[in-house]
Amino acid sequence: MRILIVEDDPEASKYLVKALIESGHVADHASNGLDGYALAQDGQYDVLIVDRMLPKMDGLTLIGGLREQGVQTPVLILSALGQVDDRVKGLRAGGDDYLSKPYAFSELLARVEVLMRRRGATSHEEMIYKVGSLEIDRLSHKVLRAGNEIDLQPREYRLLEYLMKNAGQVVTRTMLLEHVWDYHFDPQTNVIDVHISRLRSKIDKGFDVPLLHTVRGAGYMIRDSA
Amino acid sequence: MTALSKLLKTTAFKLAFAFFVMFAMGSVLIIAFIGHTVRQVLEEENDQIIQSEINGLAEQYGAGGLERLVRIVERRSIRPGALLYLVTTNAGDKLAGNVATLPTGVLDHSGLVETPYQRNEENEARHPALARVLSVPGGFRLLVGRDLEERGRLAHILNRALFTWLGLLAAIGTLGGLFVARRVLRRVDSINAKAITIMNGDLDGRLPVTGTGDELDRLALSLNTMLDRINELLKGLREVSDNIAHDLRTPLTRLRNRAEDALRGSKTEEEKHSALEKVIEESDGLIRVFNALLLIARAEAGDIHESSAEFDVSAVARDVVELYEPTAEEAGHELNIQAPDNCSAFGNRELISQALANLIDNALKYGGAKIDVTVAILDSGVEVCVRDSGSGIPLEDRDRARDRFVRLESSRTRPGFGLGLSLCNAVAHLHHGTLRLEDNNPGLKVVLGWPTPVGLRRISTILPAAE
Repeated sequence: MRILIVEDDPEASKYLVKALIESGHVADHASNGLDGYALAQDGQYDVLIVDRMLPKMDGLTLIGGLREQGVQTPVLILSALGQVDDRVKGLRAGGDDYLSKPYAFSELLARVEVLMRRRGATSHEEMIYKVGSLEIDRLSHKVLRAGNEIDLQPREYRLLEYLMKNAGQVVTRTMLLEHVWDYHFDPQTNVIDVHISRLRSKIDKGFDVPLLHTVRGAGYMIRDSA
Repeated sequence: MTALSKLLKTTAFKLAFAFFVMFAMGSVLIIAFIGHTVRQVLEEENDQIIQSEINGLAEQYGAGGLERLVRIVERRSIRPGALLYLVTTNAGDKLAGNVATLPTGVLDHSGLVETPYQRNEENEARHPALARVLSVPGGFRLLVGRDLEERGRLAHILNRALFTWLGLLAAIGTLGGLFVARRVLRRVDSINAKAITIMNGDLDGRLPVTGTGDELDRLALSLNTMLDRINELLKGLREVSDNIAHDLRTPLTRLRNRAEDALRGSKTEEEKHSALEKVIEESDGLIRVFNALLLIARAEAGDIHESSAEFDVSAVARDVVELYEPTAEEAGHELNIQAPDNCSAFGNRELISQALANLIDNALKYGGAKIDVTVAILDSGVEVCVRDSGSGIPLEDRDRARDRFVRLESSRTRPGFGLGLSLCNAVAHLHHGTLRLEDNNPGLKVVLGWPTPVGLRRISTILPAAE
């Protein structure tokens, strides 16, 4: 997958390019807003990682310009401004996700991969998600494991739905907090882990093949191991 | 700038000057009006006197002819303060009277005329006079007039009065202006001097207030209040940086030690890996602290109006409780919530959620087995309350507990940075509300309350009742 990084800090961008290449992606780099805009315009990238504060053209202007041109490449905004207002402004300008600095690379990678998959997915959303013998019906909110119905709390259902939507992708705790609970802060205790283990006991208990995996140092993933 | 030019430049002096000009113009106008009126009155009076004298003389002439007229005129001419009289032949030769010379043509003038003249006995300058000429049958002419010297004197008196008054006014105005200006200047100078010492670092200094309650006092008072507020903020800032220096040094040292440890000696791949993971964990903790500090700083300094909206506090509280419920259950705690069905309030949902999460987090860590969360609608606003059954916080520590980096257990063995309550406190401030720590007998009761705009309050109190 091709990723363009628009970031003016040479140290940070060097690290990002290296880490993304090690994760199996192709990464290009532009050090100012204008160059980034020029490179991103032809739409050959799968994801753009754009810093908010850039020389020559700031990040939000760049994104707004691209969207006006009809370039729909998903954008992950990186910013040292992490307050709720800033995030809302970033997403309103046309960004698809927002990550405040400093961030863990695993967090960035997970988000970039989710964005890329979203780009690849067909526009109409599937009504049934299926991983291995686990199946959820998004219309009736029915959850089946190997044909047996599993009773989930509404929040557990939303948690599972988000994991299934991103099946095969690492989903971080922060992403779960943002998408399932709509919180943009970090609770000090790892409350998410407990929710996950509850969900795991409901969907994986008594089955030989576990589907809900913990990815060390990153987050969780639903994947059919077979 | 010399002292005088400074004085002349003051607003007080300029005002005094403007008042002087206004008063001077007013005085000139009044005196001119008085002069004009008096002159008119005098003229009418003169005219009447002259007219009646002429009428009288005409009667005498009718009764005793020219001879009698001449005799009477001669007699009246020499009386002290006499009017002006002149009887001439048609050719202009003087027969009787006390007028020596007249400009030519005056005698041919009929009606009232103003003319210069010279008296018999005087050989000095001509005086102005008001006169009337009567043609007496038989070709004679009779002139009766009145000296206008009085009018000149009047003008003179008025002029002198005017100039004396203007002079006095100028003197009083200048002196008064200088006096007032000097007084104001002295006070402004003292305020200025104090302001300069404050700017030079005497941050506890305050502007002098005389206690008279005048405008300068009021200005000084507001500026002093402003200085208090600035000082408070500065103190907070200084505290933060002190705290950062003290409390972040420990985790930073730990971080450095771990990194060093990972490099030192011969380690297995796995040991190195786990050391590095700990390094990352430690730095994540630091990032969290920075985020919390930033949020607190922003909350204490700023305004959240832009990101505020109406939201249901009960729903938010239930969500947070639901988030923590599994954790509480796993730790063997009981976490309950009681909230009215609809509890609209105005604020930042995210920040309130975060504050509540912090409170529940604290209660789980320090609070004992039973935790109760309640939401209440009051007349003044909304209150969210978290009660626990732990050991509570002693009264003397409660204020301190809300400060940054304060951790009441001195051993600091439990996780945390001591920012939770200060963040809640900042969130409360941001919503113009309060964070109260109370006794739950046993345990701690933390109340986060903030006011709701009146219009909203009405809706939120009506809705539950309507159900």
